Amino acid sequence: MDRAIAIQVSRLTKVYDKHTAVSDLSFDVYAGEIFGLLGPNGAGKSTTLRTIITLLTPTSGTVSVLGHDTVREADVVRRLIGYVPQERAIDRFLTGREHLELLGALYHLPKAEATKRIAELLKLVELEEPADRAAKTYSGGMKRKLDIACGLLPDPKILFLDEPTLGLDVQSRLRIWDYVRMLKTRGMTIVMTTNYLDEADQLCDRLAIIDKGAIKALGSPTELKIGLGGDIVSLTLKDQSKISVLVAALTKQPAMRAVKATPTGLDIRVESPEKALPAILESANQLDCQLEFIEYHRPRLDDVFIAHTGRSMKDELPKENVE
Amino acid sequence: MSEYWQEISALTMRWVRRLSREKFSMLFTLVQPMLFWLIFFGNLFQRVADGQVTQAPDYISFLTAGVVIMTVLNNGLAGGVDLLFDKENGFLERLMTTPIHRTSVILSRFIFVMTITSLQVLVILGVAFLFGVQPATGLLGIAAILMIGMLFGVGLTAISMAMAFSVKSHGDFFSVLGFLSLPAIFLSSALVPLSGMPAWMGFLARFNPMTWAIDAVRPLILSGWTEALPHVGMVVVVMVIFDALCLYGSAKVFRRAMG
Repeated sequence: MDRAIAIQVSRLTKVYDKHTAVSDLSFDVYAGEIFGLLGPNGAGKSTTLRTIITLLTPTSGTVSVLGHDTVREADVVRRLIGYVPQERAIDRFLTGREHLELLGALYHLPKAEATKRIAELLKLVELEEPADRAAKTYSGGMKRKLDIACGLLPDPKILFLDEPTLGLDVQSRLRIWDYVRMLKTRGMTIVMTTNYLDEADQLCDRLAIIDKGAIKALGSPTELKIGLGGDIVSLTLKDQSKISVLVAALTKQPAMRAVKATPTGLDIRVESPEKALPAILESANQLDCQLEFIEYHRPRLDDVFIAHTGRSMKDELPKENVE
Repeated sequence: MSEYWQEISALTMRWVRRLSREKFSMLFTLVQPMLFWLIFFGNLFQRVADGQVTQAPDYISFLTAGVVIMTVLNNGLAGGVDLLFDKENGFLERLMTTPIHRTSVILSRFIFVMTITSLQVLVILGVAFLFGVQPATGLLGIAAILMIGMLFGVGLTAISMAMAFSVKSHGDFFSVLGFLSLPAIFLSSALVPLSGMPAWMGFLARFNPMTWAIDAVRPLILSGWTEALPHVGMVVVVMVIFDALCLYGSAKVFRRAMG
């Protein structure tokens, strides 16, 4: 089935002062989906996002948004998109309503239309009550909501969110996720960057895993996990000298797709756990390998990330805006 | 065109709102130059200053022109500060993703800084009046003083905004600001006329556009039109060149920073 393409990134490269932030990147975003750019800090996801929203010009390659080139037709693109930046881009001296009024003027909305839309948005993000207080009195979550309202003010076809829940408490996070899902049901296309795996997993229809300026994997979270090939059984052995024997015994068996020694035991990738688990236990018994611990899990997005980048997302602590 | 105006007026109103919410800051910006320089410095040096050198009835009336242009200098050089904060907290980026004309942000800043500076100049002239300084050229002279202030201020504000877009951190910005401001004042005719300076300082002060502005404002306050007109004519020429250079240089920076 052919789906309408909202954004087309083709062979995008961006170089800053000889440092290549993004190299030969190509992907499409379909209309109506939530598309995630997942990667550690410095991976190039913010550069990619900023190029799509016309803040950066590509060193080479092209980006088109709903058929409009982001360099030649930057002004047209800007009318079609909304942006929620990573930093709380809030003027602490202005009230929430004044933020929206300012943007209303910058998007050239007629006064009546702007007033109506602002009232709707304040209601949507539950900021009606503090709307006329200066933004410096807002909590982190409230500022984020105002950010989102600002991004939605132009009634965009595509909304861009840069690390939408970075540094938020759990409650606010879930609230933001709800908004994003609701916007999708209204037919909006959403593109977001994140370095939270659970966020990518729960929220995004499709993901591009970006590391060191290149796409390492692309697909729905489920596809990516299935793509790894099977579930994972991890064994911890009491006697670690037996690891190699057990690896040798299991490798030949048809139910095991891949067997790998770890410092304390084995990681076995299996097609179906129902067939594999009895076989594993039987072999362990025959070889007199006592098991200290056995764990079985479906591949998680972290496993996908490790498989494609060779390192764990968890190694990276979220830092402030280093991209 | 009406869209362009809608953008500029909305952005200018934002600067006005910010200022009005920072009441303390507003009070100090307004009060500081006249308090420190005009009232304290002016009265302090009243008896030290030699009337033969200043060619003025008293030091305050001599100093008024200097304080007027100093205010223009300080406001102009600080004119980019708010853009610097906007750049640092991401607000500028938000503005840049809206379909506005790129010059709207810059123009709104010019309009705001020029308006505030003009108001401040009027207040300074008012305070000087309380100390007995009556501009010799009357209301028309005051209009000429405001015009000179704006001509000088445009170039300064352009430099300041270009600096705001170029510096790595706001620490750098304020260091440069502090470094520029006082030498510019000392190496000008603000506090002492050129004829009363050590030769080498007088020489350097001649290259300071501030000197030209002050030497045009001063006769407007002290002497009268016949004395002032040649200086006013000259300062217009100097300032047009100064502004052209500043705007040319900063336009390049703006284009690179805002795409």
